[in-house]
Amino acid sequence: MNARLNRRRFIKGVIASGVAATASGNWYSAVAERPKGAVERLLSINVNGRTRRVDVLPQETLCYTLRYKLGLTGTKLGCNRGECGACTVLIDDVTHYSCSMLTHSVKGRRVQTVEGLQAADGTLHPVQQAFIDELAPQCGFCTPGQLMAAVGLLKANPTPTREEARLGMSGNLCRCGSYDHYLNAVMRASGQRT
Amino acid sequence: MPAYDVMPDIELFQPVSVEDAAELAGRLGEKGWLLAGGQDTFGWLKDRAKSPEAMIDLKGIDALKGIRETADGIEIGAFTTITEIAENPIIKTRFNLLASAAAHVASPQIRNMGTLGGNLCQDTRCWYYRRGLSCYRAGGNTCYASGPESMNREHAVFGASRCVAVSPSDTAPALVALEATMIATSANGSREIRAEDFFVGPAVDIVNMTTLQADEILVSVRIPNTWANAEFYFEKVADRNVWDFALVSIATAMKIEGGVIRDARILCGGVECVPRRLTAVENRVVGRPKNDATGDAVAALATVGAEPLHQNQFKIPLMENLVRRALRA
Ligand SMILES: Cc1cc2nc3c(=O)[nH]c(=O)nc-3n(C[C@H](O)[C@H](O)[C@H](O)COP(=O)(O)OP(=O)(O)OC[C@H]3O[C@@H](n4cnc5c(N)ncnc54)[C@H](O)[C@@H]3O)c2cc1C
Ligand code: SF4
Ligand code: FES
Ligand code: FES
Repeated sequence: MNARLNRRRFIKGVIASGVAATASGNWYSAVAERPKGAVERLLSINVNGRTRRVDVLPQETLCYTLRYKLGLTGTKLGCNRGECGACTVLIDDVTHYSCSMLTHSVKGRRVQTVEGLQAADGTLHPVQQAFIDELAPQCGFCTPGQLMAAVGLLKANPTPTREEARLGMSGNLCRCGSYDHYLNAVMRASGQRT
Repeated sequence: MPAYDVMPDIELFQPVSVEDAAELAGRLGEKGWLLAGGQDTFGWLKDRAKSPEAMIDLKGIDALKGIRETADGIEIGAFTTITEIAENPIIKTRFNLLASAAAHVASPQIRNMGTLGGNLCQDTRCWYYRRGLSCYRAGGNTCYASGPESMNREHAVFGASRCVAVSPSDTAPALVALEATMIATSANGSREIRAEDFFVGPAVDIVNMTTLQADEILVSVRIPNTWANAEFYFEKVADRNVWDFALVSIATAMKIEGGVIRDARILCGGVECVPRRLTAVENRVVGRPKNDATGDAVAALATVGAEPLHQNQFKIPLMENLVRRALRA
């Protein structure tokens, strides 16, 4: 990739050209000669309430599919090894690191990303609004992951104690150290802080 | 286009029955790789430190999931997640040692994805080995972790035999304490293995951490009622409370009658390639009350025979202090 090509433009380009972009290069053609018995490559996955048809390699991680094939770049890729939480999404309402799971494992399950939080009319999700009200994010890079962790936590436990919230949010690092502000936001979203 | 996804090109099979998975595992042998939650697996693959040709995904096999009561205890499917184990009401009331150990694994998301089978079968976290170096455990002829300049703060103080790696699993010491047994299946049939015999050190097999063969699948873990509702204690010391593996952990089960300990199982994680049973301490506490005096009297027995490396001598007082803490009234 041309180093001068702006990253966001590049990502958009890939998404717009879809199949053409993913089908080029021998990285891909080697895969085309798979023996029988392997998984089907064309998948229908349910993302943010919509069924998306997508061509998925057997080894592809969900984070990759979301960002580079479906254009859902709200899900961040931080460490790519299960150690930061930036890529957190909900699968059937449960938090998962999307960098550390195969897209092929979400067949028949509901995937929710940060893009799926706000209502159709643009109203922010209560947790998003609480994040704003508490000035929780600083640089914002960890924020989509923190949001999904908070939403997942409150689905399982709508009124957590501060300690329970701390544990529930403990799989998400924040390089800016905004932890207490995120915790305040979780407590506000659960109606326990005004 | 460049591949941002660092996963290597690899085949994926998604069988829906144990028989099909076992058949595939037998056919693929060393080229195959059983995939459960992937939390150990993907690191190996992304780093190119292991290069299997195909993954056999166990996720579609319902028979491997869930917790059920049996005539004399409970049976946990190997594909039950760590979160389910930490939160299960039966496990919390009767075998809270396991629930507590499970709650100390990694992070909430990893517990949601990782499975009990994967936690028990995961490979060691020795970074020289995980970096892909050709050490003894990788089939080579040296150990990078035991030299005078080596980074071995996390490594073994017991049971080294060329390799000084430790068992990384938090649930393993708890299951040995509870006298669990593992059920493994291959195309040739099933066998039941005592938890204590399931984990193996380098003197027995330097390239595998368990007795499982490449064609065997761990199907379930059975916990007998032997230790149900006993007095349990689990504590894990790690650099951070989230993500980090145990430097030393302790898992104990004790039966107390008439103010004295009648029977005890005391295990440490993070000190040997297998969960380490502190037999000398177990024997000595029987007949004594569970209190600080007993702790002080027996703590030193925990580390008899220990052979620390130059960076992990702290594990000696740490182990002894964990024994003291487990024995507090
Ligand atoms: C950042 C990070 C931090 C972690 N911290 C901790 C920690 O603090 N404590 C801890 O205990 N663990 C920790 N782990 C390890 C993690 O908990 C385990 O790797 C996880 O539980 C493994 O389960 P899995 O289902 O994801 O395993 P997988 O990666 O799917 O499998 C692990 C291994 O077991 C084999 N396997 C899986 N299931 C079976 C089966 N049924 N039969 C035979 N073989 C099988 C696989 O072939 C593979 O070799 C950490 C992992 C990461 C990435
Ligand atoms: S401790 Fe074991 S795994 Fe680590 S370098 Fe030595 S032989 Fe390899
Ligand atoms: S990018 Fe997935 S946990 Fe860091
Ligand atoms: S707000 Fe900057 S990393 Fe969390």
